[in-house]
Amino acid sequence: MTDLLLPDATGHFGPFGGRFIPEALVAALDELDAAYRAAKADPAFVAEFEGMLRDYAGAPSPLYEARRLSAQAGARILLKREDLLHTGAHKVRNVLGQALLTKRMGKRRVIAETGAGQHGVAAATAAAYLDLECVVYMGELDTQRQALNVARMRMLGAEVIPVTNGSRTLKDALNEALRDWVSSVDETHYLLGTAAGPHPFPELVRDFVGGIGREARAQSLERLQGLPDAVAACVGGGSNAIGIFHAFVPDEGVRLYGFEAGGDGVATGRTAASITAGSKGVLHGARTYVLQDSDGQTLESHSISAGLDYPAVGPEHAWLHDTGRATYEPVDDDEAMAAFQLLCRTEGIIPAIESAHALAGALRIIPKLTEELGREPVIVVNLSGRGDKDAHTAGTYFGIL
Amino acid sequence: MSIAVAFEKARAEGRAVLVGCMPAGFPTVDGSIAAMKAMVEAGVDVVELEIPYSDPVMDGPVIQKASDIALANGVRVADTMRIVEAVAATGAPVVTMTYWNPIEQYGVDRFARDYAAAGGTGLITPDLIPDEAHDWLAASDAYGLDRTFLVSPSSTDARLAMTVAHCRGFVYATALMGVTGAREQTSSAAPALVARVRAVTTDLPVGVGLGVRDGAQAAEVGSFADGVIVGSALIRCVLDADDEASGLASLRALSADLAAGVRAVNR
Repeated sequence: MTDLLLPDATGHFGPFGGRFIPEALVAALDELDAAYRAAKADPAFVAEFEGMLRDYAGAPSPLYEARRLSAQAGARILLKREDLLHTGAHKVRNVLGQALLTKRMGKRRVIAETGAGQHGVAAATAAAYLDLECVVYMGELDTQRQALNVARMRMLGAEVIPVTNGSRTLKDALNEALRDWVSSVDETHYLLGTAAGPHPFPELVRDFVGGIGREARAQSLERLQGLPDAVAACVGGGSNAIGIFHAFVPDEGVRLYGFEAGGDGVATGRTAASITAGSKGVLHGARTYVLQDSDGQTLESHSISAGLDYPAVGPEHAWLHDTGRATYEPVDDDEAMAAFQLLCRTEGIIPAIESAHALAGALRIIPKLTEELGREPVIVVNLSGRGDKDAHTAGTYFGIL
Repeated sequence: MSIAVAFEKARAEGRAVLVGCMPAGFPTVDGSIAAMKAMVEAGVDVVELEIPYSDPVMDGPVIQKASDIALANGVRVADTMRIVEAVAATGAPVVTMTYWNPIEQYGVDRFARDYAAAGGTGLITPDLIPDEAHDWLAASDAYGLDRTFLVSPSSTDARLAMTVAHCRGFVYATALMGVTGAREQTSSAAPALVARVRAVTTDLPVGVGLGVRDGAQAAEVGSFADGVIVGSALIRCVLDADDEASGLASLRALSADLAAGVRAVNR
């Protein structure tokens, strides 16, 4: 059984996590850790955060029984509708928590990295809402692919800095944000977008998004008079997945499934499935599973979903994988897009392509679960975001645009 | 030669050690060996060989670009050994700066063994703090290698003492809060940081890096530090050159200027 109290005091989940960072950042991470622990224990902070989630973000998000989808799939499928939250994804929970913490630490500038722009938009949103200066680093290639999100961030008052180094994508944006932070740490909080990076980020982000699982668990008990057989989520860096998994980890009867982005297929090498196709290593401040060559150089990841297109994964997922508490499988682009279309047509819900990976994986495990249980399984799928942002990608994929 | 001997020799001459940095395999393995030999011939005391890494978060644009070129040209971690051997043959000690993941993938113990056999003196680890360094502490002890951890102006007194206690060879003081890269002015925080290190160690030399670009700045840093570490400015000589010969010529000229700089002040 996975130890619920992890990470330990130095940020380790078994052999994973920790801090692989320049000494210059240690003081800031210690400050963040102390501020977070104090905030978590402060009823006023907790109440303010919960109030923001409720009144501003729209939490709790519904647990929606997808009846037509269920009938077609041969399982009882419940969707955790994070797509209905403000900004259209679970990420708003994380940015509100961290922005509130930034205020509490007396800092007035936040920096963020973004791939497709979703975290950047969320960070810019929280910064506008809480009156913080916001700078977003975004790979130059991504600023071109996601021009609409660049415009949204600028509308919200953020400065967007295109990153021209390396592969000019998310990992390079993250490197550049870290470089900014090393130079500006006195007045700046690094508003990291996923449950990865150096301690305390994996724990802190997990806790801020942990409402997904706490709500889903309570909603399941109310609706099902019990717990689901399985919980499924997509995994890139892994914040939505750890957010929904965490509350269910002690429930041994609930199977946890994380679906990584298989890209063109793990066998092709054009993939973003870090746990399936990667190996243990160190990237961006933590020991975890990394897509890398035998020299430890990071490999470029590939996925139709920009939000999953990252060559590593949060360290707690690495731990849940190694302990066997959660199962991680890749879902290829085509399989995800088939699920995307199915949800559009059966439920009138256009999911984020990220979330379509979770749904595709859930559909795949139904026969196996049915056999194991001797009945129709009940599966909660985290619908982590809405698909408006993906209209162009999906439209192109299906030949509509 | 060991690092300690290089520092003792410079101390006897009343000056700081000049440490010059160059990425392994930049622009090619042979090209990087030629560059490092040229630096040594022109007065660099210690060569800091940086292992190129895909995600160098402590490095500014110059070293990033040089690392990208080296990787694109196919340099491997194993090439480090050949470069170390060739440069150590000049008599100058070689210390290696590396991000942690390449070492972990090569195998910490295996790397330490091969590297020591090649004649390397030790590692500078910009993203490995002593807290996470169990394997490296063991391997460096086993093979008699130096280990240089970084201290920063933001390090607390307790962390600074802990970090210095784990160092061997020399301590690397990052002169300012930021990434590598030549700057107009060296940091005012550096002398204070060096003094803080000296307060917790009497025998370990302190090198100062980040921002030094010419002889005048080398003289300034050499007036209070035991080692002056220069990276981006030297690398730029090769990066900006039209051909190898002119790159080596400007590298020699800057190395000589820096070497004169560390000799311009009497300590």
